[in-house]
Amino acid sequence: MTGRRLALIIAGLILIGLLAWSLGGRLEQAGDSPPESPVAMAEPAMSSEMPRIAATLFFPSANGLVLVPVLQEVALAEGLVPQGREILTAQLQSPPPPYESVIPEGTQLRAFYITDRGDAFVDLSFETSAPHMGGTSAELLAVYAIVHAVTVNLTTIQRVQILIDGREANTLAGHVDLRRPLEPDMSLVQEVSNPR
Amino acid sequence: MPPRSCDDGHVRGSAIFPLAALVLLLAPTPHAQDGTAPATPLTLLSRDGRSHIPTVVLNGEELIALDEVAARFQITAREDTITGSITLTYNDQTVVVSTDQAMASVSGRIIALSSPAQRLGNRWFVPLELLPRALAFIYGQRIDLRNASRLLVVGDLVVPRVTGRIDSVGPPTRATLEIAPAAPVSVTTEGERLVVHIDADALELLLPATGGGLIEQITGGETPMTVAFVLGNQAGIASGVPREVDGITRVTIDIAGSTTPDTATTSSTAAPASTGATASSALAPDETATPPLLIGSRAKLETIVIDPGHGGDDAGARGSNATEEKTITLAVAQRLRTQIETRLGIRVILTRGNDRDVSLDERAAIANNSKADLFLSLHMNASPAAGVAGATVLSLQLDREGEDVRRTAASEAVALPVLGGSFRTIDLIQWGLAQARHVDRSAVFAKMLEGQLRSHVTMSSQPLQRVPLRVLAGVDMPAALVEMAYLTNPEEEQLARSESFQASLTQGIYDAMVSFRAYLEAQDTP
Repeated sequence: MTGRRLALIIAGLILIGLLAWSLGGRLEQAGDSPPESPVAMAEPAMSSEMPRIAATLFFPSANGLVLVPVLQEVALAEGLVPQGREILTAQLQSPPPPYESVIPEGTQLRAFYITDRGDAFVDLSFETSAPHMGGTSAELLAVYAIVHAVTVNLTTIQRVQILIDGREANTLAGHVDLRRPLEPDMSLVQEVSNPR
Repeated sequence: MPPRSCDDGHVRGSAIFPLAALVLLLAPTPHAQDGTAPATPLTLLSRDGRSHIPTVVLNGEELIALDEVAARFQITAREDTITGSITLTYNDQTVVVSTDQAMASVSGRIIALSSPAQRLGNRWFVPLELLPRALAFIYGQRIDLRNASRLLVVGDLVVPRVTGRIDSVGPPTRATLEIAPAAPVSVTTEGERLVVHIDADALELLLPATGGGLIEQITGGETPMTVAFVLGNQAGIASGVPREVDGITRVTIDIAGSTTPDTATTSSTAAPASTGATASSALAPDETATPPLLIGSRAKLETIVIDPGHGGDDAGARGSNATEEKTITLAVAQRLRTQIETRLGIRVILTRGNDRDVSLDERAAIANNSKADLFLSLHMNASPAAGVAGATVLSLQLDREGEDVRRTAASEAVALPVLGGSFRTIDLIQWGLAQARHVDRSAVFAKMLEGQLRSHVTMSSQPLQRVPLRVLAGVDMPAALVEMAYLTNPEEEQLARSESFQASLTQGIYDAMVSFRAYLEAQDTP
């Protein structure tokens, strides 16, 4: 019995490793060596025996000007689309201290899918635009937190289009053009000089 | 009794003698007991606007009531009956005016006046010249009395002296307009008038009473900061060519007779403030090269659309003290429109002139349908961090499709036949990406905005950005967006509501538009 159990565990670990590898180099098993790109590491949100990966999420910096990449554990899922859903669901939740979210509380992920061209569509609930604080700066951070959460973690995806309530939207709060897919803009991401 | 003079020349009437000092009564009466009102009232001109200021003429001297001076310049006035003087105080600095002798004292300097202070009825009056000659020393701002034009200019205003003359009756008729000190000008026609627009805060006009030749009259234009040459019935082609010589802008006006084509046509050129032109100081008609009578180039900046962000149900960003973005953007847009129209003579259209909803597509449509030459959207910023502050200038960042459109825009133009057998070139471009072919000029304008605003307001740590902005994407002309300050910053929220901040912003944007106009004209020069 013990040998069979051990074999099952080993097989499971191999499967997990293959899945993680297939999702791209940025996804890393929890407990592995630090990521190549310097990011802040948040405390694990919860402990669970469920397989988890470390994904890079994005939250506003303390000075409110750029996004800080923050490593956070999310559930491992099979396939790009399910994994993308897990990552976006984590991105939409309240961030770990000391970070604050620029995405309005209560925003839900309605759908996530990927086209044959490699563009991802993120369909968010109406809360995303209704109570937004406004201003180009805050809106840029909100939009690109989502764009980067997808493109940085799922490296086969180059562009992200945000939909609201299943429809193409003009903007979140009157500024950033959402009518076409957006490419990542790393000028909005803080460079962390001291990786952990 | 003469004033008591000390060694240092100060005129004092202080603690040595018991004073019968009293604050002068500020109870103006409609007319002085003696003296008459001048033929033309004096106009006070300052950053706060213009207003008439009452004076009286007595024995050939123009006098102004001290209570009027006190009210206008926020000074206090105290009479010392023992020393026979009146002390004017502003910010702890004083001017002492004698009631016996035609003199005043400022910081040890004795200044001769045309007459002493004198009482008319229950009010004290001082010579008008006291203001530029003595009060200006303690007031901290220039006070310039322009007697010929009846202007009292207070502060650092640009008020050039504009002199007109008919050089030769002709035909062709030649006239000259001299603007000193030099100022940028543009020349347009408005009906049967050739109008010179002068970039200044106000003008001191010294124009001939009558015209000559094909010019019926030279007069102040119907809009501020303009001079109009009213053309006669026999006038043909008209042109105006400005040149800067020795710090003076000289506009040579030539009017041909009607043997040439039947409608008056205009030149439209502008002289930058520093063209570095080299020429002799006196430009008699025969000494200058004859300017072209017909210049086809059209001013490159004729219509500007200003877009006050948000409006109606969309309040935009809100400050902690309930200041709404839509209110500030509208206030600054209206200021800007007034300044551009009055000083540059450029048509300005607002996408909204009141508090109403305007869609982003409608804003672009207003600009495109009015064939505007420049589009500027005004906004207030917001950040999750309350400490973030400063203004930011943004222009459009193109995505892949935008870059494709930009590359192919020129090649996709088609020539369509029109009535009369000719062809008209139509540019085919996606409505939503019309900005693609203007991004380079938009970036130039954004850079000018950033540079000029930096001289007037605090800039953010990322003062110049390229962003996929929805409101700019469909605009078919150079365009930029200014986030003027952060409403989420309590200090900037309070600042944004202030007159001074809005005036500084307006001035910075205005200066950038003047620079951009010069840039466009330079681009157009072969």
